[in-house]
Amino acid sequence: MAASRTRAYVEFTREMKDTHTILAPNMLPVHFELLCTVFEHEGYRLELLDNEGPGVVEEGLRYVHNDICYPALLVIGQFIDALKSGAYDTDRVALMLTQTGGGCRASNYIFLLRKALAQAGFGHVPVVPLAAGSREKHAGFRLTVSTMRKLITAVAYGDLMMQMGNQTRPYEMYPGTTDALRARLVAGLAQQLSVGQGLRFRELEANLHAMAADFAAIELDRSIPKTKVGIVGEIYVKYAPLGNNYLEEFLHSQECEVMVPGLMSFLMYSLTAEPYDIELYGGSRLRALVLERFIGYFRRIEQALVDAVAAQPGFIAPATIEHLQELSAPVISRGVHMGEGYLLTAEMVELIENGYPNIVVAQPFGCLPNHIVGKGMVGKLKSLYPQTNIVVIDYDPGATPVNQHNRIKLMLAVARENLLP
Amino acid sequence: MIRIGLDVGSTTIKCVVLDDDAPAAVEQLIFSAYERHYARIQEKTAELLACVARELAPRIGSEPVALAIAGSAGMGVAETHNIEFIQEVYATHKATQRLVPEARVVIELGGEDAKIIFFEPSLDVCMNGTCAGGTGAFIDQMATLLNVSPDELGELALAHEKIYAIASRCGVFAKTDIQPLINQGARKEDIAASILHAVANQTIAGLAQGRRIGGVEGGVVYLGGPLTFLPALRTVFDEKLDTTGTCPENSLLFVAYGAALLADDTRVDLAGLAESIAHFAGGETYAHTAPLFTSQAEYDAFCVRHDRATAPAPTEVRDATYSGDLYLGVDAGSTTIKALVIDDDGAIIDTLYETNDGNPVPAVRTFLQRIYANWPQATLRGACATGYGEALIKNAFNLDFGIVETMAHFYAARAFDPQVEFIIDIGGQDIKCFHIRNGALDNLFLNEACSSGCGSFLQTFAAALDVDIEQFARLGLFAENPVDLGSRCTVFMNSSVKQAQKEGATLADISAGLSMSVVKNALYKVIRTTSPEQLGAHIVVQGGTFLNDAVLRAFEREIGREVVRPSIAGLMGAYGCALYAHEHTRHRLSSSCGATIRAHDQKQVAARPIGLHSCLHGVSSTRHLSSTISAAELEAFTQTTEPTTCTLCSNSCALVVSRFGFDRTFIGGNRCERPITGASHAPHLNLFAYKRKLIDTYRTTHNEQAFRGTVGIPLVLNNYELLPFWHTFFTTLGFEVVTSTPSTRATYLAGQHTIPSDTVCYPAKLAHGHIEELLSRLSPPQWIDGIFYPCMHFNVDEGQSENHFNCPIVAYYPETIAANVPGVTETTFVHDFVGIHRSQDFIRRIGAIIAPLVASGASQPSTAEIKTAARAAYAELDRYVTKIRTHAQDIIVQARAEGMPIIALCGRPYHIDPEVCHGIDRLICEGGAAVISEDALEPASGPPATHTLNQWTYHARLYRAAQFAAEHDDVHLIQLVSFGCGLDAITADEVCETIEQNGKIYTQIKIDEITNTGAVKIRLRSLFAAIKQGDTY
Repeated sequence: MAASRTRAYVEFTREMKDTHTILAPNMLPVHFELLCTVFEHEGYRLELLDNEGPGVVEEGLRYVHNDICYPALLVIGQFIDALKSGAYDTDRVALMLTQTGGGCRASNYIFLLRKALAQAGFGHVPVVPLAAGSREKHAGFRLTVSTMRKLITAVAYGDLMMQMGNQTRPYEMYPGTTDALRARLVAGLAQQLSVGQGLRFRELEANLHAMAADFAAIELDRSIPKTKVGIVGEIYVKYAPLGNNYLEEFLHSQECEVMVPGLMSFLMYSLTAEPYDIELYGGSRLRALVLERFIGYFRRIEQALVDAVAAQPGFIAPATIEHLQELSAPVISRGVHMGEGYLLTAEMVELIENGYPNIVVAQPFGCLPNHIVGKGMVGKLKSLYPQTNIVVIDYDPGATPVNQHNRIKLMLAVARENLLP
Repeated sequence: MIRIGLDVGSTTIKCVVLDDDAPAAVEQLIFSAYERHYARIQEKTAELLACVARELAPRIGSEPVALAIAGSAGMGVAETHNIEFIQEVYATHKATQRLVPEARVVIELGGEDAKIIFFEPSLDVCMNGTCAGGTGAFIDQMATLLNVSPDELGELALAHEKIYAIASRCGVFAKTDIQPLINQGARKEDIAASILHAVANQTIAGLAQGRRIGGVEGGVVYLGGPLTFLPALRTVFDEKLDTTGTCPENSLLFVAYGAALLADDTRVDLAGLAESIAHFAGGETYAHTAPLFTSQAEYDAFCVRHDRATAPAPTEVRDATYSGDLYLGVDAGSTTIKALVIDDDGAIIDTLYETNDGNPVPAVRTFLQRIYANWPQATLRGACATGYGEALIKNAFNLDFGIVETMAHFYAARAFDPQVEFIIDIGGQDIKCFHIRNGALDNLFLNEACSSGCGSFLQTFAAALDVDIEQFARLGLFAENPVDLGSRCTVFMNSSVKQAQKEGATLADISAGLSMSVVKNALYKVIRTTSPEQLGAHIVVQGGTFLNDAVLRAFEREIGREVVRPSIAGLMGAYGCALYAHEHTRHRLSSSCGATIRAHDQKQVAARPIGLHSCLHGVSSTRHLSSTISAAELEAFTQTTEPTTCTLCSNSCALVVSRFGFDRTFIGGNRCERPITGASHAPHLNLFAYKRKLIDTYRTTHNEQAFRGTVGIPLVLNNYELLPFWHTFFTTLGFEVVTSTPSTRATYLAGQHTIPSDTVCYPAKLAHGHIEELLSRLSPPQWIDGIFYPCMHFNVDEGQSENHFNCPIVAYYPETIAANVPGVTETTFVHDFVGIHRSQDFIRRIGAIIAPLVASGASQPSTAEIKTAARAAYAELDRYVTKIRTHAQDIIVQARAEGMPIIALCGRPYHIDPEVCHGIDRLICEGGAAVISEDALEPASGPPATHTLNQWTYHARLYRAAQFAAEHDDVHLIQLVSFGCGLDAITADEVCETIEQNGKIYTQIKIDEITNTGAVKIRLRSLFAAIKQGDTY
């Protein structure tokens, strides 16, 4: 493999850690709020962007190639819209973007962002990639193993609240209980995280179990059956309301119980890709061993999350990556790991097996991996699980909610028809 | 009990009233209505409900009734008035169950949507998502193009003789296929039938996605407007599905019927509801932008400024006594024909602007006759044509010159602003824009993928809203809250408009919004500009669309700069032609004048044609006449056309032969010059052709000593490069290798029904056909034992990139094949993950992977055998790559020796597939250039510096080629980009930047199922013209 030859970038220096505010897109509100707290604890000033509206898309269209995926267009548009808004001193602001590796073009977002910034006259604003093993050097920003551990802990908390909240919210006896509980828990966790608590494994385990019990204690009324719908998709469009036109909110308004597989499995999916490549194509056995050790640590956190939810009767727990890999094996190979890869298919199988045969696949228009793992697998899933009812929704700047809602309503109508005897 | 169902579709509103208490299903229907709503949804809904209330009054008085609304356009009304909303496909399903219980499959085409409902094994529905190709709106558009009504189109189709291939994926593509056919004079009957075939293909391929529709005798039901009104369309569907479908009574009302059936028992007071809908004022929640003009005074000032850019008028009266010279310019555009005549001084003395009605020839004939009649004393010295119909017109009337459109526009624009730096032309379906640098064409932008943002786009909208186009445009000038519609495809735009209407936007707001979106589309989607500075200070806008003041204003506003709109904005192509004829006739007269004219270019600043006056005097004895046919010949002029299929090569182009009188023939529809010259190609300097031949040698080599069985390998995607490797590997191991044959359109059609994603790139779609071809060889005489098509996450590492991935499609497409092509389960289909980037690991792993392919009874290959085979395979791949590079060097040397420009035609290895590149390599050779490809060059010592993450092997070659083109004056780069290729969104920017930094022109050609060769030719000719101009400067 040849050395990095991508052009020079603005470094996030040590001094900037004190002087600069880091802006980041808000992909998953609950999770990201906790992640924010973790970064603050590490001494960074982080702000999640919540600017929306036509300006975001317009800036995106202006500075990003129109055929690039919608998430890149939105996120970059959102950054530039924010920088242009005058709300920030652009000499004291940096941008943070997660960077996935691999053969999906998403690995290029950070470079597209830099290019757009240069064109928009913000070439001096540093961009920090949030990625394990990034080859870039930023003296002021290091993703240490300790920071990663904290971030993953925060993800586990976020996942638990999402997984359980999704199962209580549609049925709650007193509307608003779930969100009130979640707000209380988030505040408590933020408090803990900001003083460095809640991060050790024992603390995590105890917290997760307590939180799960809190959710399980919410009074429910299950007398009105809801349509059970799962959401899978390209990670940004799957989660971010800005990307999917408030899909979850819409589904709730349509009397649905919505299940959205969590972020933990995506992290585990990303981490386990390399050792599997070594298995498939060869490579350093030592590296594979080191990676396995590393992954083993996260498996514990993952397992704790699963156990905490599973301990509550009547609740569906998230699946471990190992289980997901077993589920997808008859459908698609684990070797498919560009973009969301086999994970997207695995999550569909998981949803179907857990009683969510109605699935919205949210994908950016023209998403390359999704031709294979999304649309490409629908037919096969349908032959394996005849009750499957999948709708693939494309998101892009021109797609309108009316069109998307109509298609989702069709999926729901079929779902209700299938429920009938 | 009374149940009412309302179906508000994209263009029509339907209503059904049922009486539950009536005995049989048929008698239940007591009232129905079907009418167009012209987007006045609230108004029409209220009217219709009031009407129903009146109808029902004698029966039930004002008793409340059950009511449900279906249809996407009705969603807004249903929400705001708390009426039950039923998804329309579901409603259809319910109605069908009731009315046609034996139905197994329903195909419903509506105004803008297409649906298929499968009843077995479980309810399954498919609906068009992002594409309105193959729907009623599409047929309407196509009918407009042919200048007939949709019904007439259906009748015409019945009398067809042949079918042309028309892209079925998207209406926009179809249009670009049809337009050349029209302009080349193909029979309307044949075009009409081809349109209907495209509709059926689109529905079947786009929606069924692998599900089987045909073969269920009597179980197919046709619903919706197009299938009800066009029997010919039903026939086409029957043919394609090999069945006889039925179109039941009330086939237009099924959705409304279903909605009525599903209306729940909550009662609604009909009259009251009608009243409240009629008076409902939507809150203005849609996104809007600032008005175009805030006052009449502002508008007047705007008009005065633009009125100054007038074309030169004759200095004296040009009546029948005029005995000077005339020059004719003809622009045979996609939907209109424009022509004009200038006099000695370059002043316009007569013009023509009309729709071409599918055949531009008669209009030009009439115009020519008029000129000969009006100025009997004058002499026609030169005539020139441009546009889609350039060749046709030039041949029909034997004109002197034919030039590429861009050149014509450049000539015309220069007359209005000699310092012009940027020209943008928005016509009926084309956007053309280009920079002028150092007096030469540079950097051409065309809308290849999409015609939104063009004139016909506004026109279609005006028609849908039942407003005259001019009135519609004027409406927008003073709109208070123009809708912000963004910049995307017409189809998306329709739903954006629907959404805005739902939120209370007025017609004026929509009109202004559409004008703005036309501009945004051109700027951000076609030109992809980020700042107005990039366009330059001197901008000339032209094309009929800019005669619309709202569009012009929106454009100036968007770029923040004043532009020149010539008074003859719609005639600029023709004007440029006339000027060209003028200049070049005089070149012929006195070649020394050329230099004089150029000198004028620099000095002239006035807004009038340049350099046209000085050389006139002194031209006398050798007065040259135009070759254009005379008045007498015009009288006797006839045109006959006849369709035929070219048999000179495997492309099988659908040709249209037009004959004019005795001696002139024009052949259209050809992709190369063979049918015209009759001769085979002169040996070209064409690396694409060489690569094709080379890969063919591996296809046709047989292994006499094969004992381990026969392996089938599809000749698709990366196999276009790896075949030498796999062929050698398997042959050495004692296998016979059989590959699929190079793609044709038939290959695509053979696999079309199993393609799960309609937006994946065409090379990937073709894979389905190749697999089908291999599957057809499972039995003798050409049997194979299994198919080998491995997934390859990694490509070979050439050291040119930070990683060496394949793109996701190339990497994993075998998984898609395995999951979607049912036939592969009947054989051994090996699609494991294989990496050849680590040779030792490859040798260790490949044995187990290919084990299932070994014929029963034959021994499994030993490790030693595999080692030998792998070594041979790697060596062969090296040899193959080296051969290509060596041959490329030969081409470069020879081209240089002959002074030919070299075109680096860059894409992927599989772009040499004749069905993928559509003969573009040959077109370039015919233009007089040599062709090399992206893999022609020796790798550099390391990856180039790039802005983007350079991690794909194939794509890294593009950067290397770009570098090479940038470094050599005689090398020019053209990038081939498959429609839907996400990675090329990244590479294109990078390549473009490298090329332009070095003052070169970047040219990109988008290719797909069917490529608009017209646009490709414009690009190539413009590039050649620019190269030539560059040489002279």
